[in-house]
Amino acid sequence: MESMVRRFAAASVLVVLGCACSRSPQPIETKGGAPSGVILINGAGATFPYPIYAKWFDEFYKANPNLRINYQSIGSGGGIRQLQAGTVDFGATDSPMTEEQMKQARSPVLHFPTVLGAVVPVYNLPGVTDLNFTGEALANIFLGRIKKWNAPELAGANPGVKLPARDVIVVHRSDGSGTTFVWTDYLSKASPNWKNKVGAGNAVNWPVGLGAKGNEGVTGMVKQTPDSIGYVELVYAIQNHIPYGKVRNSTGTFVKASPASVTAAAEGAAANIPDDFRVSITNAPGEGAYPISSFTWLLVPEKIEDEAKRNAITAFLRWMLADGQKMAEPLGYAPLPQQVASKELELVSKIQ
Amino acid sequence: MPRAAALSRTLVRRLRTGDEIAYLATLTFANVILLIAALLVFELWTTSALSRQRFGWGFLTGSTWDPIAGNFGALPFIYGTVVTSAVALLIGVPLGVSAAIFLAELAPPRVSDGLTFVIELLAAVPSVIYGLLGVFLLVPLMRDPVQPFLRQTLGFLPWFQGPNFGVGYLAAGVVLAVMIVPLMTSISREALLAVPRDQREAALAVGATRWEATWKVVVPYARLGIFGSVFLALARAIGETMAVTMVIGNNPNISASLFAPGYSIAAVIANEFTEATEAIHIATLIQLGLVLFALTIIINALARLLILMTTRKGTAQQ
Repeated sequence: MESMVRRFAAASVLVVLGCACSRSPQPIETKGGAPSGVILINGAGATFPYPIYAKWFDEFYKANPNLRINYQSIGSGGGIRQLQAGTVDFGATDSPMTEEQMKQARSPVLHFPTVLGAVVPVYNLPGVTDLNFTGEALANIFLGRIKKWNAPELAGANPGVKLPARDVIVVHRSDGSGTTFVWTDYLSKASPNWKNKVGAGNAVNWPVGLGAKGNEGVTGMVKQTPDSIGYVELVYAIQNHIPYGKVRNSTGTFVKASPASVTAAAEGAAANIPDDFRVSITNAPGEGAYPISSFTWLLVPEKIEDEAKRNAITAFLRWMLADGQKMAEPLGYAPLPQQVASKELELVSKIQ
Repeated sequence: MPRAAALSRTLVRRLRTGDEIAYLATLTFANVILLIAALLVFELWTTSALSRQRFGWGFLTGSTWDPIAGNFGALPFIYGTVVTSAVALLIGVPLGVSAAIFLAELAPPRVSDGLTFVIELLAAVPSVIYGLLGVFLLVPLMRDPVQPFLRQTLGFLPWFQGPNFGVGYLAAGVVLAVMIVPLMTSISREALLAVPRDQREAALAVGATRWEATWKVVVPYARLGIFGSVFLALARAIGETMAVTMVIGNNPNISASLFAPGYSIAAVIANEFTEATEAIHIATLIQLGLVLFALTIIINALARLLILMTTRKGTAQQ
């Protein structure tokens, strides 16, 4: 009897093990739950453009009731991983894929810029609401080299502003983020020191400062902490009525971030945009260009086996590049310049 | 064939008596728990292979965390996890246990019932709510007046020096303490209530005052239950993610000062996992999970050892 029970126990354990360990890839349910004839497209990735994507997919579904796009904002890293594994039909990211990541994907991946965003330096300096920053000054603040608000580098860019002799408190993102990528990418271009010591990435080894989670976390921490400086997406700074500084661009002009100045940055960079659109447009040329601007991308496989899905995705891309762009500005994003949008249309026809 | 038939017949007969069914069912469930733990370790072990091969044991002692250079060390996170949990226990245990003693032994029944209800309610509040409380209430209080006061009065100690941001180890420890007190109070109270009446009556009969009966007889009798509540609280503190990351400052530095911003293991996993794109970065985050698992086991083992050692000197123990 004893052995019988043991055998039973062992068998039950094995059964459970078998269930838990089997990793047969489940085919993606493409039409599950939807009425027959509806094509369901799955996407996942960046959180920053989620508000505009949600709006687009909703509007596109209203115009084409047989095409439904489902988007999960799980973060750029997750979007890239899911696309590599082939569990989603398209991905989305705030920083272009690296060569190594491209190699790991099943089929070549095309990058489609969708809208533009800007990252702004926000600060909480009682009594001061208008500040100018040079790229070097921002890099030195975040390197911990500028320790006081009245440092010569800051005072020089802000004639007539009374800066206090208090310590600067640096606030940065604690979570990995496309916002951090854009910010550190700009600082790397503006300061060789930053490039050597820290570099650019979704998460970096911060020399100084407090980490806060998400754009809302940084906004909250800066609002709460006198004498602090941080960086957030433009939308968050506007919504929270928190002062953000002008930043000096490559022509030497101090520019305030706005949809117009961000689109201007893309226009300025347009001549140098490669055919695959994997490009950083921080520190772009052009008088009115805001220097800390960036594209956000949709990642679409070059080869899509399923014809219905292929047609749906290309139809969406064409619609997004034309009608969709008009919805960007009310939501705080900058639309693509015309020349970039028409260049993308050529790339759409490459999807097979 | 006849053998098999005979076997199945005996099995059926045995199963008819409920004991066997209950035995098999509970055995299976017990095994499932072991299995889940084993699977967890297996999964963490295999998926962190890349990181284990590259850094080896040096991962535990490295203090740099640089995702761009691909240089990863876990020490600041281990330190932050241990320090915040220790601060939480230091503040939380006296509060939680004395509250339980009051509720179980000293308070009038009506007060006790009302307070117990509130405390059990607090024990069920999600941790992100405590995090919000920390951000909006505790951190400004820490910045002014709590930390300046500590610096003035206890500033000669290395723990209370350095710049004051409001967020940091101390803020995280206090939020954790607030979170674990209801848990400890609620479980300790149950343990105290389970002490047989005779114990109290006997103590009182030999002339003990009410407090003496409580402190010298009832509390030692319920000691194992109270320790159990402390373990659960400790486990919650070590693994807490949201509330900690909102107030700890998220800076992987090792600093003696409790005012300094720090980082914890659970917080860095939650923060960086979603946007980690490099394979090595993901592997190190998973290895941090493995470290957290090991840390929990080690701390629990140490705590149990401590109990074993103190129980020897026990009074009214079984």
